[in-house]
Parts: sequence; C-alpha cells; structure tokens
Amino acid sequence: MAEENPGKGKTGVADEAEGKVQQFKGWLEEKFQEQVEELKRPEETQLYKAFFRVGRIDEPRNRALHTLNNLFLHIHPTKVNRDAVSYSYTWGMGGISFYLFIVLTFTGILLMFYYHPTKVQAYRDILDLETSVPFGLQLRNIHRWAAHLMIIAVCLHLLRVFLTGSYKRPREFNWCVGVLLLVFTMLLSFTGYLLPDDQLGFWAVTVGTNMARATPLLGHEGPFGPQLGLTAYNDVRFALLGGSIVDSAALLRAYIWHCIALPVMISVFFGVHFWRVRKDGGASGPSPVMLESEMKD
Amino acid sequence: MLGDWHQLWLIVSNPDNVPVVALIGLVPFFTWFGLRQARANDRLIEKLETDPELARTHHRKTQPYHPSWAKEVHTWPYLLRIELLAAILVTVILLVWALSVNAPLEEPANAAITMNPAKAPWYFLGLQELLEYFDPWIAGVAIPTFVILGLMAIPFIDVNPLGNGYYTYKQRRFAIWTFLIGFEGIWLVLTMIGTFIRGPGFMWFWPTQTWDPDRIEFLTTRNLDDIFGVNGKWLAHLLPASQQANAVLWARGLFGIIPVGIYFLVAAWFFYKIITATPFTRKIFGRMSLLQVVVMEVLLILMLAVPITFFMRNLLRIKYVWETPWFNL
Repeated sequence: MAEENPGKGKTGVADEAEGKVQQFKGWLEEKFQEQVEELKRPEETQLYKAFFRVGRIDEPRNRALHTLNNLFLHIHPTKVNRDAVSYSYTWGMGGISFYLFIVLTFTGILLMFYYHPTKVQAYRDILDLETSVPFGLQLRNIHRWAAHLMIIAVCLHLLRVFLTGSYKRPREFNWCVGVLLLVFTMLLSFTGYLLPDDQLGFWAVTVGTNMARATPLLGHEGPFGPQLGLTAYNDVRFALLGGSIVDSAALLRAYIWHCIALPVMISVFFGVHFWRVRKDGGASGPSPVMLESEMKD
Repeated sequence: MLGDWHQLWLIVSNPDNVPVVALIGLVPFFTWFGLRQARANDRLIEKLETDPELARTHHRKTQPYHPSWAKEVHTWPYLLRIELLAAILVTVILLVWALSVNAPLEEPANAAITMNPAKAPWYFLGLQELLEYFDPWIAGVAIPTFVILGLMAIPFIDVNPLGNGYYTYKQRRFAIWTFLIGFEGIWLVLTMIGTFIRGPGFMWFWPTQTWDPDRIEFLTTRNLDDIFGVNGKWLAHLLPASQQANAVLWARGLFGIIPVGIYFLVAAWFFYKIITATPFTRKIFGRMSLLQVVVMEVLLILMLAVPITFFMRNLLRIKYVWETPWFNL
C-alpha cells in the first residue's frame, strides 16, 4: 500500500508505524512463546507456588515437602516402609473406613438439606427424597450402604491389626482408641436407623433401647435400679429417648446424636488415632520376623 | 427334603442383609489371606531358627528383597496412588450397589403394629440373639461391656513379644485361636443365626423352612434344678420359721452355685492347661503378672460361657443353671 502512494510525505510515518507494529508483533510473539513455555511447567508459576508452597514434584526433596507442607497429606510421613505399600499386608481397611466416613459426611450433609426430624415431616421427607429430589434415592442408597460398608471395613481392619499383632508395644493405646472407634461406628449407624421414622427403624430402636431398661444401677428394670428410685420416667432409657416411648423427642435426639454429637466425638478420636499411628512409628510393618531364640527373658 | 427355597431367597435378597451375605465371603477370604502370609512367615522363621548364620544376614521378610533397594519409598506417589485407587474402587462399588439395591423403607412408624420379626440392625443381631439366652442386663449391658473392655485389655494381657508387626501363626497360636473363636466363631455365628435362622417371634427356623407367623413353639426347656428335683423340702428343716415359705428359692439359689462354681473351676483349669501346654507357652506364662493371669482367665471363662450356654439351651434344652430372685444364668 505504501509503495503505491509515493511522495505524499506519509511514507516515513507509515514505515515508522509499520516498523512499530512489526516490533510489537515480534515482542508479542516472543512473550507468548515465553508464557507458553511457562505453562508447560505450571509448578514454576506464582499461582502454583501460592497453592502448594513448593516447586517441581520430581525432585526428591520437593516430593517430601509436598507431603509435609500439605494440610491434607501431612497425616502421612514423607516416606513409608516399602513393603507396607503392598496391599497384602495392610489390606487398606483403615484408610477405606476413613474414606467411607468422608463419603458419609458428604452425603449426610446433603441429606440434611431435605430432612426435618419431626414426627409429622420425617417419613414424608424420605418419600419426597425418593420421588421428587433429583438423585435423592441414589443419595439415600449411597449413605445407607456406605454405613454398612464402613462397619465391615472397620471389622476387617480389626481382624488385620490383630493377625499382625499390631496392638503390641508401643501401639497398645491406639488399639484401645480403635476399639472405641468401632463402638462409635456402630452407634452412628444405629442412631441413623431411626431417622426415616419407618417401622424398621422404630422397632429396631424399640428393641435396642428396651435393653437399656435393664442396665444395672441405671435402668428401672435392672439390678438395683428400683432400689435407687428409678422408674420408667427417670432412668437411662428415658434419657436416651427423651421420653418413656420412642416418639418425637427420641427422633430429635437420634438426629442430634447422629448428625452432630457422635460425628464430632468420632472426629476427635479419629484425630487421636491417626496422630498416634504416626507417633507410634507409622504402619506396624511388615517388620522383620523375630525369633523365639532371640526373646529376652 | 424339599424345603422352602423361596423363603431362603427372601432372606438373602433382603437389602439390609446384603452386608451379612457379603461377610460370609469376606471374613473367610481375609482370614485365609492373612493366615497364608502367616504360613509363609512361619516357614521363614523355621528356616532361620535352624540356621543361625542365615539368621544374622537375612533381611527377615517374605517380601521381595534386593540389597540395593531403599528401605523406604516416598509417600508421594507410592502411597497416595494406592489410596486414590482404593477410593475410586470403593466409590465404584458404592455406586453400583446404590444403583442396583434400594435402601429399605417400610410403612410409617406405628407403635400399634408390631413388626414380626422385630429385628435390630444386622451388627446388633448377635446381641439380640444373646437376649434369648441371658437376662436383658447380662445380654444387653454386661456382655457388650465385657467385650469392649476385653478387647481393650488384649494388649495388656498378651505378653508374647513375638509376632509384632508381621503375620504369624506358630508364634501366636493361642492368641489367634482365641480371637478367631471370639470374632468368627461366636460373634459372627450369632449374627448369622440372628439374620438367617430367627424368624417371626424370633423363633428358630432352619434355612429353607417357611417363616410361619402363626407357629406356636412349645417350651421344652427345663431349669437344671428342676431336672435334679430341687424343691427345698429338706432345706426347710434348716431354715428359720420366717424363711420357711422361701425354702424353694433358697434351695435353688444355693444349688445354682454348684454348677456355676464347677464350670468356673473346670474352665480355669482348662485354660491353665492350655497356656502351660508347651515349653514356649510356659515361657510366655512365666512373663505374666498375677493380675494379668487373673484378668485373662476371667475374660476367657466368660467368653467360653456364651457358646456353652448356647449349646445347653439348644441341644440339652436346659434353660437356666442358676436361678435367683435377682438374676438367672
């Protein structure tokens, strides 16, 4: 274009402009290339470092720092016994139990959005959940089966820990915490059983809490209960149900235990359990076998 | 015999029984899986015991080994990738399970209509089964408390230092047998009975027997003092006049001490014989304090009482061996 209009005095200006444009294009391209190169190594960016605090993952030191500097990963040591990583020793049941707890918390919170713990609403809410709420039926199914699966996983974890003798010194205390976690898991599942307010839950809880009547010292039908002045209206069963029969107060109590009290308590014990796993030296093995002849007397 | 297989199918396919059916496969599998590794370790231990030279240099594991391999590996990625895989696998199992089986929902709760059978959730069916054999405060309160405390006591009464952190059977025969009998032989079996056998009225229905809600069960059990004809007649002569009317209760109460006492002594002697049976177990026994021995004996005696009561009730049709106004055993 510039060549077709000579002598107009504009050539110099146009050339100059053209040059600047070219210069800018070159600069832009260069910058673009540079940034594309940077994108190929996202771990060098400010954004990445702001998130993870350390750079490239393929350096051994950074691998360790990644585990160490991450809130969610720091429950792990930076390095683990190479043989403990094989599935055959640990069966992974402890981790699976915890994962199921996370699934249960997540689905449980979603379920709480659709549920009222009242005699009028509870059963209808479940029907509503199953018929009108998108994926509501699936949500309830996952929550129910995850609860069952968690009990199975916890029991198999117990079996594995016993068979490997992992409760022996220095892990005695953590074994006791684990037993409490098993109890809490069952109680969590049991308190959830009443919440749909259907016949199944109602009679299961009736059978279950009727046993509380017979608690020694604390139940009105238990040994020494009547002598201590206990009746159906002031014994431990009354405290559990918030009444002398399984009714609206029992539903509310089961709900609070299930959604708040027990999850908070089990979380604390989870924390202690994981903390002690680390403090007691990580996974118990597989450690080198010890011989009878090496036993100290 | 042509049984009611449809009944069995109804029980097995009940959504809430799926976990129990799964346990039938899972528990034996994992027991086998653990004991298989125990056997491998036991073979290694035997080899090392006979060859002290090898014992000094051997890495002492049955896992693959190379001297140049590092003892530890990085958590990232070697552990985390397994955790990710496990999480994905569990999620897939849950999704398939949730898509194929719906969580049960019965009629609205109604105190006027009793569910028959009225059953606890499967993980408490073992306890519910115990209610058939013991007073409620024993089955529902005392036994669970002893189970929990007993489990917690294990690390403090098992003084055997061997088998810490590896699978072994030969170094821990007694501990492993005790646990497997308690966990699988008692707890799991009671749960299975509660799930598959107990029908309407919590009555005993063999598998493939129709659950008939109108069935009438005749009480065929007798108390031990009844079998021995304890009626308190001769005891009445020894009692003061004010207690004459209670002579039967006194006689029964005193009579019951005999079988229970004999059981405690025989069981204690039986367990003592087991834990001092071989030179190795005697060595372990020698390390135990008196308190440890007593606690272990009591826990074992109480644990063994559960299957013994079960067989006495169901095979010998004996209801209680010790009747008192306060409790029955």
